[in-house]
Amino acid sequence: MKDIRFEGIGKAFPTRGGGQFVALDDVTLTVAEREFVAVVGPSGSGKTTLMRMAAGLDHPTSGQVAVGGKRVTAPGPDRAVVFQQFALFPWKTVRENIAFGLRCQGAPRAKQDEVVARYLRLMNMEGTEDRYPHQLSGGMQQRVAIARSYAIEPDVLLMDEPFGALDAQTRTVMQEELVRLTRREPRTTLFITHAVEEAVYLSDRVVVLARDPGRLREIVDIRPTRIAEGWDEMAIDAVMDLPSFTHLRTHVWRLLRDQIRPDD
Amino acid sequence: MAQLSPLERWVLTLLGTIGFFAIWQGVAASGLVSHNALPTPAEVLATAWQLSFEPFAGHTLLQHLAASLGRFAMGFGLAALVGVPLGLAMGRWRLLDDIVSPIFEMLRFVAPLAWVPFAALWFGTGIGGPVMVIFAGALPPCLINAYRGAKLVEPRIVEAAQVLGASGPRIMAEVLLPGSLPSIVAGLRVSAGLAWQSLIGAELIVASAGIGYVMVQAQSNLAPSIVMAGMLAVGVIGLALDVALRRTETLVKARWGQA
Ligand SMILES: Nc1ncnc2c1ncn2[C@@H]1O[C@H](COP(=O)(O)OP(=O)(O)OP(=O)(O)O)[C@@H](O)[C@H]1O
Ligand SMILES: [Mg+2]
Repeated sequence: MKDIRFEGIGKAFPTRGGGQFVALDDVTLTVAEREFVAVVGPSGSGKTTLMRMAAGLDHPTSGQVAVGGKRVTAPGPDRAVVFQQFALFPWKTVRENIAFGLRCQGAPRAKQDEVVARYLRLMNMEGTEDRYPHQLSGGMQQRVAIARSYAIEPDVLLMDEPFGALDAQTRTVMQEELVRLTRREPRTTLFITHAVEEAVYLSDRVVVLARDPGRLREIVDIRPTRIAEGWDEMAIDAVMDLPSFTHLRTHVWRLLRDQIRPDD
Repeated sequence: MAQLSPLERWVLTLLGTIGFFAIWQGVAASGLVSHNALPTPAEVLATAWQLSFEPFAGHTLLQHLAASLGRFAMGFGLAALVGVPLGLAMGRWRLLDDIVSPIFEMLRFVAPLAWVPFAALWFGTGIGGPVMVIFAGALPPCLINAYRGAKLVEPRIVEAAQVLGASGPRIMAEVLLPGSLPSIVAGLRVSAGLAWQSLIGAELIVASAGIGYVMVQAQSNLAPSIVMAGMLAVGVIGLALDVALRRTETLVKARWGQA
């Protein structure tokens, strides 16, 4: 397993007037091996930008990102990304989508089949392997996208609001499935979300960003409580009723509330 | 205007065609134009029929057509094999785009016919020269449509392939190509039409067989009905090609459009 280190990350985009827009300013953050870190922050606080730099899809203007001690310069299969807009290959079946990364690695056919079958089972999607993405519901598409990322057994998972487009019920189911999957196959995970409850429920730590410029506001530790109370073994609604959960959620909420503007 | 039913449209097409031949027949038979310049449609058809059995300029009409189709297939195939991958790669890699675009933008204004002298000098009048002329005519739509198609592929999907570890060639073959297939097929259809049109120009420089060669020979033999039989054959085959490719395009769009 590998960790992710953001070391004094700054990112500025050139503006049309010839000036600069600072999207991120001096962010230092480490996601430890097998740790699940959620990032919350108001719209425009640089969450996606942060994730894209860890993926190697964007580059910081100052500071550096290292994964497993190695400086990130380009995308690589040690880091899988789940995009908010699914980004499945529309012309490939569910099976072909999930197996794509393994084929890129030159894995033998038998291994591909085995991995595909395993994730279809884990995701409760057996029997859909020959369908195309447009024949699936939004929730199923999202599960395929997650399976596709897990299938390459990446050291690091980067997820950008993966449940953002789902309805409330599907979202709850997916959150429980993700907890189940994470418990079974823990990976170093950076999970971006708008939803505070989701962040607290899923993660070991919640990173709260502020904006203008995007920067680190506070890091809230969830892990001690989650371990002590055995959240992973409980149903999602039971966890959310716990006083400790409510307390943490309210704390994160307050950190966000005083910076949210009417236009969000 | 009222919508026409398919049957009504067929009738109109038929009337138009009959009208065309009737006017042609009328003008040719009236004596207003010298018979040496304008044979009647019946004579042209009879000539075409006759040429199917009796060799002219060394071969029968079908043999000439086969030679022409062979050249067409080579020129068009080469254009597709070069144009589609190059267009996709240019759509994806900015650097390549910057290098190739200026040259391409300039060369594509050189009409296929204008390539004839160059092609004859450099590639000869055997197989190379004519194929080169057809290639020049057929390349631009292949390249441009693949390029536009690649540009329109959802960037997230390309990034998804990248982060899953796909190499450059794999991204081209498995993401950019299927992602821009409707655009590419539309390009191939236009390209095939242009290739077929360039054919006659290409065959000005061949000296063995081909429908263009037939027409040039007939011109110097002062045989207008053979010239026109050649034109008729070119037109009919071009139309058949276009109909077939249009069908394919519709099929691809129906299959791919919903994805
Ligand atoms: N390519 C770019 N060029 C210019 N500005 C950009 C670019 N990408 C992002 N930005 C700006 O950087 C800021 C941070 O963007 P980012 O997408 O990271 O925010 P976010 O926190 O993910 O927001 P949201 O919650 O709405 O997804 C925004 O103000 C955005 O306009
Ligand atoms: Mg975002």
